[in-house]
Amino acid sequence: MTPMTAAQASLISCTTCRLVSRNRSLSIKGDAICPRCGAKLAHRKPNSLTRAWAMIIAAYILYIPANVYPIMTVISFGKGEPDTILSGVESLIASGWWPLAVLVFFASIIVPLIKLFGLTYLAASVQCKWQWHPKQRTMLYRITEAVGRWSMIDIFMITILVALVRLEAIATIEPGAGATSFAAVVVLTMFAAMSFDPRLMWDAIEPRHD
Amino acid sequence: MKMGNTAGHFIIACQDCDLLHRQRLLHDGERATCSRCGAVLYRKKRNSLDYTLVFSMTALVFFLMANVFPFMTFKYEGRVQESVLFTGVKELFVQDMWAVATLVLFVSVVIPLLKVIGMIYVLLPLKLHHQPWQARRIFRFVEVLHPWAMVDVYMLGVIVAMVKLNDFATILPGAALYSFAALLISMAAAGAALDPHDVWERFDVAKE
Repeated sequence: MTPMTAAQASLISCTTCRLVSRNRSLSIKGDAICPRCGAKLAHRKPNSLTRAWAMIIAAYILYIPANVYPIMTVISFGKGEPDTILSGVESLIASGWWPLAVLVFFASIIVPLIKLFGLTYLAASVQCKWQWHPKQRTMLYRITEAVGRWSMIDIFMITILVALVRLEAIATIEPGAGATSFAAVVVLTMFAAMSFDPRLMWDAIEPRHD
Repeated sequence: MKMGNTAGHFIIACQDCDLLHRQRLLHDGERATCSRCGAVLYRKKRNSLDYTLVFSMTALVFFLMANVFPFMTFKYEGRVQESVLFTGVKELFVQDMWAVATLVLFVSVVIPLLKVIGMIYVLLPLKLHHQPWQARRIFRFVEVLHPWAMVDVYMLGVIVAMVKLNDFATILPGAALYSFAALLISMAAAGAALDPHDVWERFDVAKE
């Protein structure tokens, strides 16, 4: 078999069950659907680039309040001490729990940045139809997709802290506005990575089949 | 027209670069990678269906235990306070953080549960060469949910929270915390054992 993409062969590969089929089965609504699993079919994810850009830009905007506003405030004997994402990592470093500090530093600061810059780079590369290093860019995409969910550590930590520490007058923990923004950044970048279609990077190096 | 089996060859397209490959029979534990971009095309796992089923059922038991038993006990200045897994979500709701509360509720409770139940619902009858009602749709749904079941990330959040409180209070882990750790392990094992390709192919031969 000479190397050929599914699109060049006028075939569609189902993103859910991987069945390769011709675009002939239609649902009642008239959408092309996979004959095996019933998922909607498309040669490439629909509006992939537009959707990815929209979510990347929204994530950039929310990244600012996520880091500026406190994610929680520890109130002990009436005195409040707000914690941001960054100060949370600093206090972990100060407490001497190095492995955990490094882990949280990666999950809360490095991973969101890798995702934001990585996705911007990938989307820009498709937008400008760059031809170089598609293999490395595909690798970057896979990393971006895999690490995304780990940024939720901070959100879960807050959930557990508010559950544990609720001694009204003595000590309570109040979640802050930063937490909502940070959670939104994580979810938006996950959706952005899901809507981005890595196959578009490879289409740029192919002579068009139509 | 199905192209899964054309002239005796199964064809598969790389999900990352769309290149077509002819599918070959693999030995247990082997995997096929894309010749152009290096993505994993498919793997062959030993007794995939059995293992996935067993680990999913184990996960269901631990899920129930993790949600029923006390999760952690907090001791500070002579005061003792017990919490369950759900307490965090409830407190977030009480403090008007409904967006975060809903997100946490879904990724740590609802989605893991749906995933485990969906998996058992589809795989158990399939083991007996039978296809349950709406099996394909449900399995498709389970596959889509995959990245949103964040039991593993939650566990790390628990550890970070415990370390943060370690300096000034005493935290006693409850039975639910251990169950939760066991849930994480069984879900990870079920995920590692699952061969979605094999499941989809079984749908083609199983009776509806």
